[in-house]
Amino acid sequence: MLEYLNFLFSETYKILFLLIPILVSVAMIVWLDRRVWAFVQKRRGPNVVGPFGLLQSLADALKYIFKEIIIPASSNKTIFILAPIVTMTLALVAWAVIPFGKNIVLSDINVGILYLFAISSLGVYGIIMGGWASNSKYPFLGSIRSAAQMVSYEVSIGVIIINVLLCVGSLNLNDIVLAQQKIWFIVPLFPMFIIFFISALAETNRPPFDLPEAEAELVAGYQTEYSGMMYAMFWLGEYANILLMCAMGSILFLGGWLSPIEAYPFNLIPSPLWLIFKILFLFLLFSLVKAIVPRYRYDQLMRLGWKIFLPLSLAWVVLTSSYLFYFDLLPVN
Amino acid sequence: MITHAIFFYTFALVAIISALMVTISKNTVHSVFFLILDFISISCLFIMIGAEFLGMIMLIVYVGAVAVLFLFVVMMLNVAQQKNQWFAAEKGSTHIPVGLIVSLIIFFEIIIVVGGWKYKPELLDSSKLSNTMDLSNTHSIGSVLYTDYILLFQLAGMILLVSMIGAIVLTFRKRIGVKKQSYIKQISRERNEGVELVDVEKNKGVKIDV
Repeated sequence: MLEYLNFLFSETYKILFLLIPILVSVAMIVWLDRRVWAFVQKRRGPNVVGPFGLLQSLADALKYIFKEIIIPASSNKTIFILAPIVTMTLALVAWAVIPFGKNIVLSDINVGILYLFAISSLGVYGIIMGGWASNSKYPFLGSIRSAAQMVSYEVSIGVIIINVLLCVGSLNLNDIVLAQQKIWFIVPLFPMFIIFFISALAETNRPPFDLPEAEAELVAGYQTEYSGMMYAMFWLGEYANILLMCAMGSILFLGGWLSPIEAYPFNLIPSPLWLIFKILFLFLLFSLVKAIVPRYRYDQLMRLGWKIFLPLSLAWVVLTSSYLFYFDLLPVN
Repeated sequence: MITHAIFFYTFALVAIISALMVTISKNTVHSVFFLILDFISISCLFIMIGAEFLGMIMLIVYVGAVAVLFLFVVMMLNVAQQKNQWFAAEKGSTHIPVGLIVSLIIFFEIIIVVGGWKYKPELLDSSKLSNTMDLSNTHSIGSVLYTDYILLFQLAGMILLVSMIGAIVLTFRKRIGVKKQSYIKQISRERNEGVELVDVEKNKGVKIDV
């Protein structure tokens, strides 16, 4: 019994040690996002609360906590309340398998990349549930759009993952990172990295693919009826998902926690910091895209997903596998 | 061991109850959500017996893709508010007998398959799935799926392809009189074609949008 309790406590500490930094960094990253967005458009951005406006997200969170939660009378209450919970839980649960160093990972499972992919494909449920349970036109349209969008872009993300797996020969995330010791996969698979980045934008409903919440046509999409803490949970989940996609991109293509050069000054920086730098770099790209690119039209979005990305990434699978086979580079263990 | 049992019975109970709720629930959308819960708990059971690859694929394929489309259709059909009154069916309705017959057939099929395993152990030997711990189960599935069963695997793929093409052909129709935007035309438009200077005659106007 005591062993069980011991195990339980140690695991709980580990989980808290992972979760609390993530939640804090989500708050910081929202600030960063707004700041970058403002700088591109020659505005100031949030700069009042705290030094450089760093505490802006904290102030927002406090505001959300003390606001009243309104549940529409004609909504489906259980599912309405469940939707933001599902979104946020799924966004946080996926971090369990992200490796921050050789042995710094909460659970080092065999099928890590499949787990990540499965969790990110479940993310659509929060949006569908929220949109349907609101029992209102705008949320419903937004959720239907996003369901179609996320399902379509998941397909190309899956095929891109297959590309990487062909070069690695294992589904374990640490193996994927270690396979990039000689060369990061962004070099041989550069087109796949571009497609992955754009698909990740679509998967997380970021501009230019933010059609589910296109404010010009759908008010706020699936979030229209949400208020207070429930809205904040959607928003936390969304940004945690964006961070997760950045982490996935840096593990698959940018060498994860590996330092770029195994030489003296780079060796000193611990491996988790490298992963964080890479995630931040990708996130900077995400927010720059948000600032400079106009929104896609819906049919263009679907065309891009199904008629361009899917054939391209499938063709690249054939190319990669035939190259690896011909030059006898297939990873066999 | 006790923890294992507790987890197993939790997931099994959730799976059975949600499977029941799929049929009992009055709201069709709720049924689909229960179906999703069922899929998730079954994939948890798969993971518990060490078939982590199958469990994850189950999550990705069924929960992540199939059930989303299912939900999509059910939500679009607007049958959510329809009251499900299948015990008070109209007189002469054949739904219940037909359903009973189908479920009986499925039940007997399962019994035959499981009985086959029990009374003819050599049936199991035909599979070469190795149970050694040094191979991860992704590797062991790959090693039989793409060698011994490659024909069946490709056949399954062909069936899916044919049904996909069939669905597209059935729903595809050329609509006449619909304005379509050709993206090639839009992209390849040059600056000098975009703007045109026209002399407008008095009291006549210009016809645009040819």
